[in-house]
Amino acid sequence: MSSTTKKSESPYGPIGDKLNELDDRLGVARGGRTLMDKIFPDHWSFMLGEIALYSFMVLLATGIFLTLYYVPSQSLVVYHGPYLPLRGVRVSQAYASSVDLSFSVRAGLLMRQMHHWACDIFVGAIVVHMARVFFTGAFRKPRETNWLIGSILLILAIVNGFLGYSLPDDLVSGTGLRIAFSIVESIPLVGSTLATLLFGGNFPGTMIISRFYTLHVLLIPAIIVGLVTAHLVLLVTQKHTQFKGKGRTENNVVGAPMMPIFAAKATGFIFLVTGVTALLAGLAQINPIWQFGPYEAAKISYAVQPDWYMGWLDGALRIFPAWEWTGFGHTIPLEVFIPALIIPGIVFTIAQVWPAIEAKYTGDTAMHNLLDRPRDRPKRTAFGVAMLSFLFMLFVASSTDVLANYFHISLNTMLWLMRVLVIIVPLIAYPVTLVLCKELQQVDGAGKRKRPNVVIRTTEGAYETVPADLRPGDGHHELDAEPIPTFIDLDPGAEEPIEGSRVVTR
Amino acid sequence: MSADQHTPVSISSVSIDDPHMQPLARNPRRMEQLIAVAMFFGLVSFVMFGFAYWVNWPAWTFGVTLGLGMVLLGFGVTAWGKYLMPKGPFVEERHKVASSDEQRNAFAAAVVERNLGILGRRKVLGGLAGAALGVFGVVAAFPLIRSLGPLPKNSLKTTDWKAGSYLVDSTGRPVKVGDVAVGGIVTVFPMGYQDTDNGQAVDQTVLIRLATTDFTTRPGRESWGPSGYVAYSKLCTHLGCPVGLYEQQLEMLVCPCHQSMFSVANGGEPTFGPAPRPLPQLPLYVDGRGYVRSQGGYNQPVGPGFWERS
Ligand code: HEM
Ligand code: FES
Repeated sequence: MSSTTKKSESPYGPIGDKLNELDDRLGVARGGRTLMDKIFPDHWSFMLGEIALYSFMVLLATGIFLTLYYVPSQSLVVYHGPYLPLRGVRVSQAYASSVDLSFSVRAGLLMRQMHHWACDIFVGAIVVHMARVFFTGAFRKPRETNWLIGSILLILAIVNGFLGYSLPDDLVSGTGLRIAFSIVESIPLVGSTLATLLFGGNFPGTMIISRFYTLHVLLIPAIIVGLVTAHLVLLVTQKHTQFKGKGRTENNVVGAPMMPIFAAKATGFIFLVTGVTALLAGLAQINPIWQFGPYEAAKISYAVQPDWYMGWLDGALRIFPAWEWTGFGHTIPLEVFIPALIIPGIVFTIAQVWPAIEAKYTGDTAMHNLLDRPRDRPKRTAFGVAMLSFLFMLFVASSTDVLANYFHISLNTMLWLMRVLVIIVPLIAYPVTLVLCKELQQVDGAGKRKRPNVVIRTTEGAYETVPADLRPGDGHHELDAEPIPTFIDLDPGAEEPIEGSRVVTR
Repeated sequence: MSADQHTPVSISSVSIDDPHMQPLARNPRRMEQLIAVAMFFGLVSFVMFGFAYWVNWPAWTFGVTLGLGMVLLGFGVTAWGKYLMPKGPFVEERHKVASSDEQRNAFAAAVVERNLGILGRRKVLGGLAGAALGVFGVVAAFPLIRSLGPLPKNSLKTTDWKAGSYLVDSTGRPVKVGDVAVGGIVTVFPMGYQDTDNGQAVDQTVLIRLATTDFTTRPGRESWGPSGYVAYSKLCTHLGCPVGLYEQQLEMLVCPCHQSMFSVANGGEPTFGPAPRPLPQLPLYVDGRGYVRSQGGYNQPVGPGFWERS
């Protein structure tokens, strides 16, 4: 400290002076230091939420680019662009501008495909993140609110994905819109009114594209941004959970500080997620709307494939029996209403109230900052696996025709097979998971970092197996944690600090 | 263990050779070289991206150069953080999220006393303010929701098919008796509606010519299919996809969305899949000049079910 320049008020030189000026006005010092010291626990599964966050950032960036060229209008124009098969065809402006984005705007195709891939990754990351939160019990008190926010985010992500899918007004997205109209129509009492209000008249009308555009680029993203912010603010105030381990208690957090370690990893990870999205967009074609052609109500593409996160709903619609109810001069299309609205409604409701269900069932109302290993909560884990297997079987059911073809069985056999499997698989998954968890509880050291075993021959000639000693460097997780050092070397007389770290020695 | 002595700015006992301050990498020099190489090629890749844009290379090169650059840079920065920075672990106390008992009581006191004591004293004003907001909410719903579109009225129940409508294909050409080959299928509309949005969406009808000419799809429909022609609404009764596939051998219409099948010779009866109702059939006749025309409109709403459908 002795050698800091006398001109500066701050012992940290001119930079310190600048920071003090800032703090006088904005009061950043206390919070800033706390934030830089904030500890993030280290576990690969904590990156899943981050992937969701970063792919959402990619979605925003690429989405803004797309809005500069896309025209949300159903009025017809004659296509004159470079894609020959469509020359002279009357198409909607929405479709024409989407095709132009793919062929006439330089790097437009890259942005379109990155946007679509990022959406698929976004929803996927949310689902896997949700599964990790569920299976580790991270949703328990005090984090129920964040669980609720999260599950609303999942619904919004799926909805916004569907809205975006509808915008290019190609043959496939138009079919999706038709199905959406019919699903709304199926609601008892108010369905047809809701449907005509939403579409501004009977299907297709002239308004749906511009309405969906506003929802897709403004309303839903704004809500998502708000909820993500709340999600992260809560995460910071409540601090992250951690797995049990040496030195980790309910009352501390062990890991790496925000600056510079977590910040470096997170920044690198943003680049990685962006890079993977860009590579996918460059190498794997997604949603080639020019091949599908423009939407015409009387045409249908045989390649109708919704995005993957809609698959389970499509599967449910496929295998649900044709149970339309009629009576008293009215019709309730149960064959649509139940699979398309009631089943997802039940699934999402169970998800949202799960923390309450579990607390009620176990009577556990304590605070939890240490995570469960899934095997230690066999019933919860078994329920989660059963639920996921149910959803997965519905997803599989959305390809009955492909599967029937592939296995050379009749469509009818396939249909009944799926109807049975959707119910049987979860019923089997539950007890099997339960038993597996209980078995795993008894396996010593399972899931821990692998250590080689050494076979030792005793002097009597018997053989014994013992775990080898830790090699240097392997023991990183076994160290006791230290409070965060200041990292800053104030003593110029000290020897050169070693690479990558600067320390105070006092 | 120093877990219990937390201060944000800790005067730490960590020294240079403390294991917590060592990088995780066993050989930091090698790791640094590796990261440097990755970052360098990341940089090169970004330059290539700029170049690809400049000379307008094929679209896929944009994704590959940008993606490689990002992945390499991302690997570099992540590895720098993971392998070259102090490996820790470091610890931080959790402070309780909850406030102190005193603060809680002060808060509860304010909530209870101010609401009941001050707001609750003027019951009439409170009630009026509540009622006004309630009325505002209801009234505001009209411009916000009611203006969105027309009520369904009859729009879901009717089509443009009328007695005597000519059947035209998508180009507007009227269909004559000899036009469709036996076993053939064509999508038709009532003349004048073939290029309206609504005509495409609600009037779309499939016209099929069967091999047999004297068949009845259903009792009471003896005269509906002249000269082997039958016509059904093309809107699937499940979710309204166009029933676009015709299985000539089986005489089945197949919906590509969820594989519902409708028997053409049997009144459009669904024989497979989730569709609950037969496809409505359009009664046809052949006029004196050989044009295929409709005897009247559909006798029921076309497409998927809804509440007001009887
Ligand atoms: C827009 C989508 C989402 C984003 C961007 C997001 C982001 C994040 C991030 C970055 C974290 C911290 C890292 C981690 O633990 O993975 C986190 C934690 C958390 N998320 Fe999400 N998340 C999303 C959706 C969800 C969903 C669908 C749920 C569950 C219904 C959920 C529940 C939670 C909970 C309870 C935590 C705290 C976990 C803990 O402290 O251990 N999130 N989220
Ligand atoms: S829309 Fe035809 S089977 Fe579902």
